[in-house]
Amino acid sequence: RLGSVRGVPGSSPPGRRARPWFPGISCTSAEAREELRRRLLGLIEDNRVMIFSKSYCPHSTRVKELFSSLGVEYNILELDQVDDGASVQEVLSEITNQITVPNVFVNKVHMGGCDRTFQAHQSGLLQKLLQKESAYDYDLIVIGGGSGGLACAQEAAILGKKVMVLDFVVPSPQGTSWGLGGTCVNVGCVPKKLMHQAALLGQALSDSRKFGWEYNQQAKHNWETMTEAIQNHIGSLNWSYRVSLREKAVAYVNSYGEFVEHHKIKATNRKGQETCYTAAKFVIATGERPRYLGIQGDKEYCITSDDLFSLPYCPGKTLVVGASYVALECAGFLAGIGLDVTVMVRSVLLRGFDQEMAEKVGSYMEQHGIKFLRKFIPVMVQQLEKGLPGKLKVVAKSTEGPETMEGVYNTVLLAIGRDSCTRKIGLEKIGVKINEKTGKIPVNDVEQTNVPYVYAVGDVLEGKLELTPVAIQAGKLLARRLFGDHLEKCDYINVPTTVFTPLEYGCCGLSEEKAIEVYKKENLEVYHTFFWPLEWTVAGRDNNTCYAKIICNKFNNNRVIGFHILGPNAGEVTQGFAVAMKCGLTKQLLDDTIGIHPTCGEVFTTLEITKSSGLDISQKGC
Amino acid sequence: VESAHSGRQDYDLLVIGGGSGGLACAKEAAQLGKKVAVVDYVEPSPRGTRWGLGGTCVNVGCIPKKLMHQAALLGDRIRDAPHYGWEVPQQVPHDWRKMAEAVQNHVKSLNWGHRVQLQDRKVKYFNIKASFVNEHVVCGVTKGGKETLLSAEHIVIATGGRPRYPTNIEGALEHGITSDDIFWLKESPGKTLVVGASYVALECAGFLTGLSLDTTVMMRSIPLRGFDQQMSSLVTEHMASHGTQFLRGCTPSRVKKLPDGQLQVTWKDLASGREDMGTFDTVLWAIGRVPETRSLNLEKAGVNTNPNTHKILVDAQEATSVPHIYAIGDAAEGRPELTPTATMAGRLLAQRLCGQSSDLMDYDNVPTTVFTPLEYGCVGLSEEEAVARHGEEHVEVYHAFYKPLEFTVAERDSSQCYIKMVCLREPPQLVLGLHFLGPNAGEVTQGFALGIKCGASYTQVMRTVGIHPTCAEEVAKLRITKRSGLEPTVTGCG
Repeated sequence: RLGSVRGVPGSSPPGRRARPWFPGISCTSAEAREELRRRLLGLIEDNRVMIFSKSYCPHSTRVKELFSSLGVEYNILELDQVDDGASVQEVLSEITNQITVPNVFVNKVHMGGCDRTFQAHQSGLLQKLLQKESAYDYDLIVIGGGSGGLACAQEAAILGKKVMVLDFVVPSPQGTSWGLGGTCVNVGCVPKKLMHQAALLGQALSDSRKFGWEYNQQAKHNWETMTEAIQNHIGSLNWSYRVSLREKAVAYVNSYGEFVEHHKIKATNRKGQETCYTAAKFVIATGERPRYLGIQGDKEYCITSDDLFSLPYCPGKTLVVGASYVALECAGFLAGIGLDVTVMVRSVLLRGFDQEMAEKVGSYMEQHGIKFLRKFIPVMVQQLEKGLPGKLKVVAKSTEGPETMEGVYNTVLLAIGRDSCTRKIGLEKIGVKINEKTGKIPVNDVEQTNVPYVYAVGDVLEGKLELTPVAIQAGKLLARRLFGDHLEKCDYINVPTTVFTPLEYGCCGLSEEKAIEVYKKENLEVYHTFFWPLEWTVAGRDNNTCYAKIICNKFNNNRVIGFHILGPNAGEVTQGFAVAMKCGLTKQLLDDTIGIHPTCGEVFTTLEITKSSGLDISQKGC
Repeated sequence: VESAHSGRQDYDLLVIGGGSGGLACAKEAAQLGKKVAVVDYVEPSPRGTRWGLGGTCVNVGCIPKKLMHQAALLGDRIRDAPHYGWEVPQQVPHDWRKMAEAVQNHVKSLNWGHRVQLQDRKVKYFNIKASFVNEHVVCGVTKGGKETLLSAEHIVIATGGRPRYPTNIEGALEHGITSDDIFWLKESPGKTLVVGASYVALECAGFLTGLSLDTTVMMRSIPLRGFDQQMSSLVTEHMASHGTQFLRGCTPSRVKKLPDGQLQVTWKDLASGREDMGTFDTVLWAIGRVPETRSLNLEKAGVNTNPNTHKILVDAQEATSVPHIYAIGDAAEGRPELTPTATMAGRLLAQRLCGQSSDLMDYDNVPTTVFTPLEYGCVGLSEEEAVARHGEEHVEVYHAFYKPLEFTVAERDSSQCYIKMVCLREPPQLVLGLHFLGPNAGEVTQGFALGIKCGASYTQVMRTVGIHPTCAEEVAKLRITKRSGLEPTVTGCG
């Protein structure tokens, strides 16, 4: 068992049982072995003195007594008291070439066994190594000042650690850059929700006439007014982040960070000046940036979501390339403020989301004037006219045949995906593995990379969700585990999210496809219905557009494993249901809960029709 | 009359009152194969307002009030719009007529829908005013005075309630209106005095203010009695900042019609004893509701009521003092006066009557939302109630003032956007109550009501990842306890 012991002269260390040791890991597979190795390196990394010993070994006892007599705190792992002690011993011998116990590490330096430790004590080497305590400039350096990085840095600082954040925004090919706070605040959630709100207000204006408000002319929209107001808000957020870092005594450096050797990072500022910093631990939170097509004219003439929210002129007639949620959200609000918008889609909408919902999102957009070009990809973008905006010719070809087409737009917005910022930060210098294809960083369930002192959070993680609140949660919990007394891991299951398309789509848990894949169709019951928000009635909007669906596991008490809603305020509706799913929501509980009348959310308390019944779910008109 | 009670009854189930609870009960029982009749009759209000099938919620409650609330919210949106780049005029006038007509047309379509649904389910519908003849027989009178006798095995009373008029104020009945009338007014009510501090009073005053009408609320004591009082104060504080005027600690003593048609109201300030006066176009009484039980001849059937409230005494099965006569909804003693509770109680009652299930209605943790200009959603216990039940030492309150993202650009004041979660102090800190003040509070609260039903703890709520950027995510980020005395203001993100 692993125990932490503060040395007291004359007393022998108690065999305290602190926590279970690597439960469930048997060193049979290479993967499990790698995991064990990583954890052992972590222990060596994290403890000033680490002793691998056996509780009955007299040599081990001598070593422990030595450190106790020196008054030095040390950690021990008794190999004879853990289930996988033999595997631990094997992996240790791979790391150190020493098969015996005790196996002693001081300040990450392999000391050896009992004799070597006593020799080092006599020669003074041991004392020297012990003094090397604050060898690093910082306890933690976070690379990337976005949602995850800032959350982690601030939490570590609250826990009394010396922390630095390196943040540097490489300008987009169009020259756009921004302040502290990362994607969400500057070029993501915040500005997109505000532009979405602008579009919703446009709809509210036309609704308002039906509710008795009197004005006649078609309201016109001014892009510059909106953008300036939004950028002002973002500016205030950038500022508040800086203030908050300062208040928590986190060192903020507006420089580009790049590993140069173990525990050492080079920071290059805007003027090209370089400074090196060292730290005991690192967190990579560099996030992602929009991907380009790699076709003629794309970097010269196209913009991405990095540029759109601060565009100094109205984009005009716009082609949005892609079918990611970024693509559909941008297309949605651009159309909502009155622009002519076309979306070019290579294959499916909202890949990874429930496809029935995704198609409904798309068809609502289509009904609201957004054109979709399905199964086409651009092959060339040409400038016809300069200007703000100018005129661009786009040539596209079919994904299914030789057919090509051309179109002229003022703006081409690429939203085909995002790439991790992991290839130019010197990870190869210290051996942090990335997925060569995607650039993503694989981590274990405590966000640790293959290099034990290097961690990663947020969008750079492989196989995790690219969402601000997830990054914040992961960052905060990581800091608490590293520097506090917490064990709680970030739970990536049942994370709710919402796509802010003109008709919002909120979901939590599994898509219907995924549920069928995991549980088999015959084990599921899907309840669904269209619903008509009360506010839509007088506004004269369609009564069979908003849609609610839950997916239940018949053989687990009809537990709700997927929650989907398409309707106004879907984000606000979904949040509470996510809490309920965390607490084991079942269909019965939904039925037993009283609705709040009249809301959209109440529809989930009265779901009666199953998909398998094939019954009609349409709402009757007047 | 002689044919009525001769062994077999006309119906398996007779429902008196075609509101939310009654209709739900009737439809469910018919679906389960019973022979069912519904009798419904709307006694015109003192102003002469009347309406169709569907009860309070559809005609003079939830539906029209939420629509008028929406009309008022759209007024706010028009003011927000220029901040978001929309070029709209500064002052946009509102046409009451147009709104009222649209709202009334929607309500009429719902009346029609209810009739069709009854027909589809083979429920016999009578537009008659019912009173008991004996414990199995009810006599119904049509508008024209024609009498019909109906007998039934089981009878459900779901007659609801109607607004109360003050009895001792001169001119109150002659010149005042109530929520029974406001939604059916053809013309704008103009400058309005709303008397009362119930949610009906505050909701009406809220949308009238939002529709640019000069609106004053006169209340004798506290707002929203029975709701969390801290939240209630914030609700009225927001209304005041939104333009509603408040006369607190005042009671009206006289309403007089002036020659020009305006109403002169005299009131008394209870603290100083001073009298004051003002003129209004409309006086709206929203001082409470009385159950519609007094014309039912309940004593003929032997059904007991509470002599003070006139509500019908019921047990957990919704049964009255007469075992085969039941009461649900607003007419029943001790029940929350809410549409969805009446609906569910009605459905469950029908299922029990048909031997379909034995489930009882659970009246705990009923979520609700007050649709004031800043909406207030809640579920579970108020802070006062939690402290009274568990003791202050055992209650932990997490709270936060927050700023909705949409308010920033619109430069709206968010001083009253506030969330409070009342928990047990003992880990894992079971959630006892949630209170949310902000936009879309109803939508936010619904899911959390489920969470509380599932026995959510503070820890579980905190482990739920937020949806960014929403207002609801602020609930999952509540960190500051009242006990700590720390500033509960959310600053920045993260």
